[in-house]
Amino acid sequence: MAKILAVDDSASMRSMVAFTLRGAGHEVEEADNGQAALDTARGQKFDLVLADVNMPVMDGISMVREMRAMAEYRGVPILMLTTESNPEKKMEGKAAGATGWLVKPFDPDQLLATVGRVLG
Amino acid sequence: MSKVDLAQFHKAFFEESLDGLDAMEAALLALDEGSDDPELVHTVFRAAHSIKGGAATFGFSDVAAFTHVAESLLDEVRSGRRPMDKAIVELLLRSGDTVRDMLARSMNGEPVATPESQDLLAALSAMVSGGTAVPVAAVAKAAAADDVEGWDIVFRPFDYLLKTGNDPARMFRELEALGPLSVTCDAGKLPALDTMDAETAYLAWTLHLAAPAKKSAVEGVFDWVDGDCELSIVPRVAVKAEPAPVAVAVAAPGAAPRTTRESAANSESSSVRVGIEKIDTLINLVGELIITQSMLTQFADGVDASQLELLRHGLAQLTRHSRELQESVMSIRMLPISTVFNRFPRLVRDLAQKLDKKVNLDLRGETTELDKTVLEKIGDPLVHLVRNAIDHGLETPAKRSASGKSEVGTLRLEAFHRGGSIVVQVGDDGAGLNRDAIVAKAIQRGIIASGEGMSDDAVAELIFEAGFSTAAATTDLSGRGVGMDVVRRNVMDLGGAVAISSVQGKGTTFTITLPLTLAIIDGLTAAVGSETYIVPLVSIVESVQLKPDMMRSVAGGGELFRFRDAYLPVVRLHDVFGCEGRRRAINEGIVIVVEGEGTRIGLFVDELIGQQQAVVKSLEANYRRVNGISGATILPDGSVALITDVTGLVRMQTRRRAA
Repeated sequence: MAKILAVDDSASMRSMVAFTLRGAGHEVEEADNGQAALDTARGQKFDLVLADVNMPVMDGISMVREMRAMAEYRGVPILMLTTESNPEKKMEGKAAGATGWLVKPFDPDQLLATVGRVLG
Repeated sequence: MSKVDLAQFHKAFFEESLDGLDAMEAALLALDEGSDDPELVHTVFRAAHSIKGGAATFGFSDVAAFTHVAESLLDEVRSGRRPMDKAIVELLLRSGDTVRDMLARSMNGEPVATPESQDLLAALSAMVSGGTAVPVAAVAKAAAADDVEGWDIVFRPFDYLLKTGNDPARMFRELEALGPLSVTCDAGKLPALDTMDAETAYLAWTLHLAAPAKKSAVEGVFDWVDGDCELSIVPRVAVKAEPAPVAVAVAAPGAAPRTTRESAANSESSSVRVGIEKIDTLINLVGELIITQSMLTQFADGVDASQLELLRHGLAQLTRHSRELQESVMSIRMLPISTVFNRFPRLVRDLAQKLDKKVNLDLRGETTELDKTVLEKIGDPLVHLVRNAIDHGLETPAKRSASGKSEVGTLRLEAFHRGGSIVVQVGDDGAGLNRDAIVAKAIQRGIIASGEGMSDDAVAELIFEAGFSTAAATTDLSGRGVGMDVVRRNVMDLGGAVAISSVQGKGTTFTITLPLTLAIIDGLTAAVGSETYIVPLVSIVESVQLKPDMMRSVAGGGELFRFRDAYLPVVRLHDVFGCEGRRRAINEGIVIVVEGEGTRIGLFVDELIGQQQAVVKSLEANYRRVNGISGATILPDGSVALITDVTGLVRMQTRRRAA
């Protein structure tokens, strides 16, 4: 099973994601903003990163940009979990190197299906 | 089909949403005061954005729909397409109230949408698409798009699209949110089942959206797959452009839902959020305690005199750790008073606006911690004092400048420790109490006969009398049917006291003194027959042994005794609580002189046992309410002692005398 990093400033959202993924047998670590995610990611290897876009301290898009600059995360899929409706933001995320996006709201089944597809 | 029950995350969602709304309100108030820090707008946006996402995920669609519109408006501000002005701040502040109300309703399982929320939603929508501030009362639904009546979309993903985490079904759902959608699937490229790869996109779709959605909204759905698919989006233009239907303009929502926060706060009361360091301390202490305990247990195997010193040392350690553990556990109930103070910036702003006064709110000591129960109950009295201060205390800007003061009045809320108590002060630099008006009113109300010879302090005290109000005309702000007497009673119920000091022309300060905690009291233990009662130390004036010649009987069987220069009634606890006392004659037992609500009585008991700290257990929760008893506690020998409610006993005595 995969090792997944879930990044969201909303504790309820984060625990829902983590709970769902753990229930499916994945190993999940959590971070509540982009900077915390980078700190957690450094020195270990995740198979997938799920990140919110709008977060304090460091937003998700900056996080993707920083992560892509790290050699060990160049090829790791990063999915943005977002309610973002602003098209420029979405394009910004894509340009930063995000693999794809999962639009909120999603339910646990949709999350697992998407994660399954991305992990292949 | 999902095994995950989303309801388990609801509480966390509500809590973080209420926090988000508080942060949003604080940021909006800062913007209202003219700050142009761009981070403030981001804070407000993030709060709305998070609530929208959570609400949609956890199934609160009304909340999600509402916050979606607020978020769109904020997005325009965030991206610089419109400035943040007073009208938007006002609208967003009211939106915050509404969302709080909607969340409270969701929590209680009540219907969420109200006429107020609908009005506000209409006002927000108009603002988003309209471009200028539209007063709520005059809102008409914004015209949608030009003359487009629908969209034809052809969407042909490249075969690797699914691997990027993008799901066509999800995108269609998003489109469906914009209007009725019909979907035709082209499965022409679908291979035979045995050669099919589940991760490859074979299908293509032709879609028709039958709604005049904005082009950007439709394109937005496909933003992320741009470059990973063939896409064409073509508008279907209406033959005859019809005007958008005009929504009904609704009554001005003058009364913002102020009660909402209270109900939200109530549902919160079942949980306390505790700083992690408090939990760590607790865990460490329990560890220490267990080590000491196991050390002492070892002594059980053959104690000899040489080890006595070690045993004594161990016991001392056990005592110290137990005490620390107790303090530590108590601190979990303590929360910073900022949780109460936080509501005042908004309250003061709204009130000042309404009364055309200029007020600078000065909050101090916000990190001072108070027992959660005290915090929950001190809010209303403080609100009352703050309302009074702005309504009656602070003068209008014109009056202030006429008397040589700054136009802006200052209202100071301060909390700090003093001795074993917490002091909360509400002070203003307004006109001060008007002695003549108070005396006149008190005479008119029959509270006093004349003000002659009364000190200023004694006159000030009069405002705490029941039914007292100096406002010439009752405004809808302070005159809510409760007076300062209710404030005083609320504070007293918490075991606290209110004092007032006022200087004419300079201002008024109310000082509330509160106990640190309600869960532990210092008490005097007294025996009555085979029962033990605890009298809270704070209520005790003195304990005396009476001689028969100090007694006086009055008609109706009451007993009075002389105490200093007054006669006080004797309340025999064995009579009140119906138990058999061992002492009947007044000179054989002890009288504890106590004071409640300013009245003194003497409690007659068999004998005093000693002084001790008592952990208060609720009698109501375990049995039922008993007049004259405020709770129970467990004594060191394991027996139960009842804690007397001195205020209740005083009231019982007063009633009996009146009857």
